[in-house]
Amino acid sequence: MSSGVLQVVNQEGKFDPKLDPDLPQSELHKLYRTMIYTRVFDNRMIALQRQGRMSFYAPCVGEEAAHVGSAYALKPEDWLFPQYREQGAMILRGIPLEQLVSSLFGNRNDVCKGRNFANAWGDRSLNIVNSSAPVGTQIPLAVGAAMAAKYKGDKIVTLAYFGDGSTSSGYFHVGLTFASVFKAPTIFFCKNNQYAVSVPTQRQLGSENIAVKAAGYGMEGVQVDGNDILAVYRVTKDAVERARNGEGPTLIEAITYRIGPHSTSDDPSRYRSQEEVESWKRKDPIKRLRLYLENRGLWGEKEEADLWKEAEDMVSEAVRKAEAAPLPTVESMFEDVYKEMSTALKEQLQDALTFHEWG
Amino acid sequence: MPVLTVVQAINKALSEEMSKDESIVLLGEDIGVNGGVFRATEGLYQTFGSNRVIDTPLTESGIIGIAMGMSLYGLKPVAEIQFLDFIYPAFDLIVNELAKFRYRTGGHYTAHMVIRAPCGGGIKGGMYHSQSSETYFIHTAGLKVVMPSSSYDAKGLLIAAIRDDDPVIFLEPKRLYRSIKGEVPEGDYAVQLGRASVLTEGEDVSLFTYGAMVHVALEAAKKAGEKGISVEVVDLRTLSPLDFDAMVTSVKKTGRVVIVHEAPRTLGLGAEISAIISEKAFLHLEAPIARVTGYDTPYHYSLEEVYLPNVEKVLKTVEKTASF
Repeated sequence: MSSGVLQVVNQEGKFDPKLDPDLPQSELHKLYRTMIYTRVFDNRMIALQRQGRMSFYAPCVGEEAAHVGSAYALKPEDWLFPQYREQGAMILRGIPLEQLVSSLFGNRNDVCKGRNFANAWGDRSLNIVNSSAPVGTQIPLAVGAAMAAKYKGDKIVTLAYFGDGSTSSGYFHVGLTFASVFKAPTIFFCKNNQYAVSVPTQRQLGSENIAVKAAGYGMEGVQVDGNDILAVYRVTKDAVERARNGEGPTLIEAITYRIGPHSTSDDPSRYRSQEEVESWKRKDPIKRLRLYLENRGLWGEKEEADLWKEAEDMVSEAVRKAEAAPLPTVESMFEDVYKEMSTALKEQLQDALTFHEWG
Repeated sequence: MPVLTVVQAINKALSEEMSKDESIVLLGEDIGVNGGVFRATEGLYQTFGSNRVIDTPLTESGIIGIAMGMSLYGLKPVAEIQFLDFIYPAFDLIVNELAKFRYRTGGHYTAHMVIRAPCGGGIKGGMYHSQSSETYFIHTAGLKVVMPSSSYDAKGLLIAAIRDDDPVIFLEPKRLYRSIKGEVPEGDYAVQLGRASVLTEGEDVSLFTYGAMVHVALEAAKKAGEKGISVEVVDLRTLSPLDFDAMVTSVKKTGRVVIVHEAPRTLGLGAEISAIISEKAFLHLEAPIARVTGYDTPYHYSLEEVYLPNVEKVLKTVEKTASF
């Protein structure tokens, strides 16, 4: 990693004790466990899609530390505005695995009633706002929520996730402009995973990096090794504290890599070499934390084997339950367009029910 | 009872609701210190302060995105877009986020907010200060769309919009801001959304219209009356959801329909009204449904009078429809 990019643990698991946040063993295990669950979940969802049991999925393999470490720096009352590739943050904050799978299947058990295409998870009780597919729209929403919290006197922060591609969207500029003008307690967390589908980061910016853009908004910008969960936690925690203390927003650029395809519909061999992928696999964030734990004598072979087995079992159970659930009702398609169903929608519901019976 | 202009009535609605409910905040360009370019928010900054009447950076997508984020957190923002013509940078957020939030979160998150925007022509504003873009929003599931034609309705409908749990696009015909005055009660009253208003009872022809064209329609109806044609003018007031019952009831009485709006003809609201009447009251029709609308051209600057429906065009169409 180049200078200026914060790193606590290197690829060999060696760490700088001065920078180590020195988390208790139970918390370190929680982070590691979340990343393993996330990896198992990802691999299983891809398998389901390949078997034709699920239409589409966007995995986060390789990026687990960036979003798990940053989400971990938040309190439960803080608000999270995900993009779509933060499975680990969803698991860490407490969305049950079965909910995540139900959403992907679009079944009747999904809290959003089967209405969303892949990876649009959210949960009001956990202050996670469901994302949409247009890129970057969550950024101004996170700022607005932060401004509202400030107006109400709530000492919470909001965190918006987005990718390197989103920094080219107008919403990035709009969000950072408002946040800097109104000193909104928002953390802009960019997961620079090197590609927006096929287009490399260099095609998204002419500046030296993404973090330097913060200067143009008069806010702090930091770069962090996104595959080092302790470094990610550390910079995010600092940003959260600044925001909570009324010192305004921060732009964080977490440098990471999307090991997998953009989605199950993408073929990355069209735009990047296998050598490049292999070089980043050696920087695997899960392996990094495991080496750190082992170096500190906090983890062993037995725990490792047990954890993978547990995660496999839990994901299997979630898939089994979710796959057994029926599709949403026809009636539910017409609910929640408005608080109360309009005359037109009532008529159209009757129409749909009539044809559904024929079918 | 005080007699107020439309813009004064809007100001009253904002002021009274803000006094009652601290979760209401205003956002927009020039709405604070300056009181809005049309003065709709005059005095509110002084009364409620800069935390509640927020002069924003100059970005419509910012205004809507920030307001929406606020609404997710429980505030009830009223965002002003200075001219409806400038709303398009926020169109993605309105269509993909605002309109769909309740739906795509299974009803867990909602966006309780109003977007106010001056709309329509008649002020020599050219194509970027005169557009009637209501169809885009009417066409979008999840939005309510409202357009008042009087001071009384402006206050009552805006109060109802601010209290509504769904996002409301509140369109204000700018040519009426100061040209129309009317009695407006002090204090609390709401005009229910989704209800049309029969302004003149008539037997021969139903004239369905809204916004600034209501006044053109009323004048044409008066002239038609002098010629022995009894016209029922129905002000739709809420454009989404439409008041089907009011339209069908009127058509069953008159059997003849003229629709007037200044928005372009193709897929303008008149097209939908025409389809609804064909579906629900076809056997009551005595004449083809007629439309008097703006043309399918960009809004013209110097030939504005040609572009807009006027009393003469409406009267001629009413006569033709009545004698069919």
